[in-house]
Amino acid sequence: MVPVAARVSARRRETRDTWTLSIESGSSAYRPGQFSMLYAFGVGEIPVSLSGDPGGGGLLIHTVRAVGAVSQAVTRLRPGDWIGLRGPYGTAWPLEESRGNDVVVVAGGLGLAPLRPAIYRLFAEHERYGRIAVLYGTRSPADILFRREIERWRRRLEAEVEVTVDHADETWRGHVGVVTNLIARGGFDPDHTVAFVCGPEIMMRFSARALEAVGVAPERIFVSLERNMKCAVAQCGHCQLGPTLLCRDGPVMRYDRAEPLLTVREL
Amino acid sequence: MEVRGIDRLICEHPIFAGMIPEYCELIGGCAKNVRFDSGAYLFREGGPADEFFLVRHGRVALEIVAPGRGPLRFSTVNSGEIAGESWLIPPYRWLYDARALELTRAVSIDARCLREKAEENHDFGYEMMKRFMTMLVQRLHAAQLQMLDVYGSVT
Amino acid sequence: MKSASHYVLTCSGVAALIDVLREQGFRTLGPTVRDAAIVYDEIASLSDLPRGWTDEQGGGRYRLTRRSDEALFGYAVGPHSWKKFLHIPAQRLWRAEETTDGLRIDAELPAAEPLALIGVRACELQAIKIQDRVLLEGTYADPHYRARRDALFLVAVNCAEPGGTCFCASMNSGPKATSGYDLALTELAGDEEHRFVADVGSETGRQILAQLPHREATGEEVAAANGVVANAAQKMGRAIPAANQVPELLRRNLDHPRWDEVAARCLTCGNCTMACPTCFCTTVEENTSLDGVATEHVRHWDSCFTTDFSYIHGGSVRASPRSRYRQWMTHKLSTWWDQFGTSGCVGCGRCITWCPVGIDITEEIAAIREADSVAADQGG
Repeated sequence: MVPVAARVSARRRETRDTWTLSIESGSSAYRPGQFSMLYAFGVGEIPVSLSGDPGGGGLLIHTVRAVGAVSQAVTRLRPGDWIGLRGPYGTAWPLEESRGNDVVVVAGGLGLAPLRPAIYRLFAEHERYGRIAVLYGTRSPADILFRREIERWRRRLEAEVEVTVDHADETWRGHVGVVTNLIARGGFDPDHTVAFVCGPEIMMRFSARALEAVGVAPERIFVSLERNMKCAVAQCGHCQLGPTLLCRDGPVMRYDRAEPLLTVREL
Repeated sequence: MEVRGIDRLICEHPIFAGMIPEYCELIGGCAKNVRFDSGAYLFREGGPADEFFLVRHGRVALEIVAPGRGPLRFSTVNSGEIAGESWLIPPYRWLYDARALELTRAVSIDARCLREKAEENHDFGYEMMKRFMTMLVQRLHAAQLQMLDVYGSVT
Repeated sequence: MKSASHYVLTCSGVAALIDVLREQGFRTLGPTVRDAAIVYDEIASLSDLPRGWTDEQGGGRYRLTRRSDEALFGYAVGPHSWKKFLHIPAQRLWRAEETTDGLRIDAELPAAEPLALIGVRACELQAIKIQDRVLLEGTYADPHYRARRDALFLVAVNCAEPGGTCFCASMNSGPKATSGYDLALTELAGDEEHRFVADVGSETGRQILAQLPHREATGEEVAAANGVVANAAQKMGRAIPAANQVPELLRRNLDHPRWDEVAARCLTCGNCTMACPTCFCTTVEENTSLDGVATEHVRHWDSCFTTDFSYIHGGSVRASPRSRYRQWMTHKLSTWWDQFGTSGCVGCGRCITWCPVGIDITEEIAAIREADSVAADQGG
């Protein structure tokens, strides 16, 4: 419950307001979907999804958007700077349980970050899964995360990768439109498909509905939810969403459990 | 035979302008008068899309809720317009909330009743489809224009 | 199985209890009169106890009045609960410093000052158990709570009269203390000799009792003590009937119109959360030294009634008072079961007494029940 001091080893700008930090750590194993609590000295702590390769390698990679005092302080840290780190916390994308299925990864905006570790795993063990599809929607071409990596993923034979934006400029030759349009194109076997969905909550609700419309049952859809978080150990009460504590019962949750909670206003 | 009040209201609504009285009567058999006080919900996200509304007086806000941002209003429906289109296609579930911004009087039409009558009488069904298709295409064009965000920066 | 023996202490026995505990190094905490209320604070001797005092409590109302006898424990629970000594209001978690060798983070070591709590009611014992479940029995145990909890000596007191807002009987948390104490006392302060029937709950309790002037209780005395508590159970002014059906009731009534009604009265002042013995929510603060070289990370009591509590993505999820009141009440009586496997409410009535507008959760439950959505659907 107390952070360990660690060094930032790399810092990379992803978009106008989002950076990826690599942090050195002795214990760098975690499960895709989990998050760390990052501590900026003198400012405070925030929960940040782990967004790198979960295989270890002595580095914990996090993608952070600068929206408040703590995240701004964290994204200003440079290689060699110190940061506090504790975790990993929370539930993970059900990779083992999904073996033998087609897997559709639906990401919206910054939601691609907590999904990236799962995507790495799916590609690394692709023979254990059926078709693997990555559907990614974001605001504009300038907001696309991990752009070079997405190009590399596209070249893999076992993957289908589609990217769409809400607003395009003339240089963009790809899809323009909401990410649910990509889901509606279908082409997967709903009884043997599992979907991992992450992004703004409205986007997750609509994506889950679009998946259900093509026959994927809510028990086969998983979302990653977010609420205010302070302790990450189920003792401060902040991350409550009805009967669940998201630091312990989430962030990854099966949609049949999440859906009734997401439709109650101000729950 | 005297024309029922509700059939007349239906015939008077712009979407059914010029429709033969026999069809107004068919629709009237699925309809009732309703009223919503300011702030009352016509329907909620996730609920069954079993009815839709011909708005006669008042104004309805269409909203989607985002945690931390409250209800996001993306459209309004005024008198002479229709609230709700999710009743047209499966799975017949509302995708957003509709809330009366002021005292609103409407005709509620039972969607299942109407869909059944359209199945039984294909001429009637085709007439319905033409009229609602026009409404939907117009709405789509308007939504696309709204999305372009012409007043602000787009990148 | 506990020994069936009961003992009797007089007031000098209770005085000796405080002395013996202090000699053994315990900080003795108990009820005392201060600021027109009976609060929990350090007590040094018998004379600090609220002898001859009682209270009148109702929705938004608390007054001290004199008793006609000299009972030491003749009152019901006041604004404080024991959580102020166990799950303390401000707890430093770590200190950090930027040094030439890098960032240094020092965890606050748990401090284990032995505490003796004197006058713990059955509802409060239950509340402590509920907080134990939250703070000790999850994946991560709070070391600070653990240390204070392990160094505790608990003297329970059985209630002779329910307070004006009590409803422990219907919540199955009183009025009789059944476990979780070292010693339990039932005061007999009527016309006969002022004495206490004592019951041993632990080996430590037995050892402490052995050092006090005491004798074995007679059958009549034990019966009198049992009668006093049974009588209290009958005189409760409030209840939540069929409390085990409440979680499901609230689950299906999240959009009940009653929430709007109570929201029009609720000031979102958070008194209920401060007074409630089980409310455990906290927040954290980073306090930097003026030269910016060192910081302290401190945990404070927080309340779900603040707009900040649910802040995310530029706004609060629970912006309206309606949603915040609903959160508090449904957590206390319904979702606490899902999260921790028990109720969050012990029926102590503090939230009713200390609410400035007298909102009464037993009344709110009754109102929701009366127009239960499921019943309405089945009827219509």
